[in-house]
Amino acid sequence: MSPTNAVLERVTRVPGVRGSLLISGTDGLVVAERLMDGIDGRAIAALAANLIQRLVRATAGAGMRIPTFVHLRGNTGSVLAAPGRNDLVLVALAGVDANLGLARVEMLDAVGRLA
Amino acid sequence: MTDDIRALTARLADEPSSLAFLELGEALRRRGQVDAAYKVVRGGLSRYPGLADAHDLLGRILGDQGDLAGAFDAWADALRFDPMRSGALKGIGFLYFRAGNVEAALEHLQRAADIDPDDQSIAQALARVRAVKRATPVSTHAEPAADTIAPAPAMAGTTDVATSLFPRPENGDQGVMLVDGNGLRLSGSLRSPTNEDVGDRVAAELAGVSKEASRTAKLLGLGAWVAIAVESPEGNLFLVPPTPQTLLLTVRDSSLPMARLGLIAERAARDARAWLGVPE
Repeated sequence: MSPTNAVLERVTRVPGVRGSLLISGTDGLVVAERLMDGIDGRAIAALAANLIQRLVRATAGAGMRIPTFVHLRGNTGSVLAAPGRNDLVLVALAGVDANLGLARVEMLDAVGRLA
Repeated sequence: MTDDIRALTARLADEPSSLAFLELGEALRRRGQVDAAYKVVRGGLSRYPGLADAHDLLGRILGDQGDLAGAFDAWADALRFDPMRSGALKGIGFLYFRAGNVEAALEHLQRAADIDPDDQSIAQALARVRAVKRATPVSTHAEPAADTIAPAPAMAGTTDVATSLFPRPENGDQGVMLVDGNGLRLSGSLRSPTNEDVGDRVAAELAGVSKEASRTAKLLGLGAWVAIAVESPEGNLFLVPPTPQTLLLTVRDSSLPMARLGLIAERAARDARAWLGVPE
């Protein structure tokens, strides 16, 4: 198993996480993915990249550096994103019952090791 | 068909949900294939109707096609989703200039230059319009055709009104700010880590975030969006939508746990709803 797939596997093992993927932050393309059946990685990548770009501009406007972690919470689940180096962003899709704290720790650890 | 257009077309065919349509549309436009560019960007906009980049590109394409009213509308849409989009401000400035409204042209080009001071094309356009204004000092304002030029989005309100809902930031408290869907500050203030007033700039950048979050949550089956938590080395940001048309940003030092910041933000959102006269 490649290091990237090992990272995705580790994040996806967190209870409640329905899948994870590594995307290109600029153009929203999927680099690698590990998702449950029926989940469209390309849609997640495009939407997450777009939202993160907006938030990056907002944090820059506030005089802050690029976010290290982003959590979009919906009524029935969450999108988690950890921007890394080289324009890569680790993204996870989590259900409402997910252990978000563990997912965050795993993702921050993973994205640091991917760089 | 050139190699880059062929490659971009193949990429878009392979990944229709990607943002490759932007590159392809621009490549086609630059080659003068504006009808093809129009179709590509329209297709992309049907998938990403809130993407300011796409509206901006559509404005350039329509401008190339001579549809100036359409170009104006497209650039106005781009500014609705991203009021800091200098390309759209430049485009609208150009349209005002063509319509003879030098003052409005100057205003838009100056805003574009403030946002993007390194863009030489904006600086040159600004210099050209200023030269025209100097050459015709008595009356440079011609009423634009009603179907061509419409009012541009307004800028933020005054500081006095904007700080009335929330207390001023204290130590570790970088601010709380209520923003409308057009990126205008309704209330509150925001300070950067170096204590600069960055409220209006951040408010403008937040335009469209609520729609983007709503679209993302809906398309990914997450229901309605509830909050966005953003961690940065210099501070934590928490965004909540007190109403569908507004966004509340709370910023604190990164030493404050995010969950606690969420509680503070929820309390501020309740205050905002009361201030807006929206029942709980």
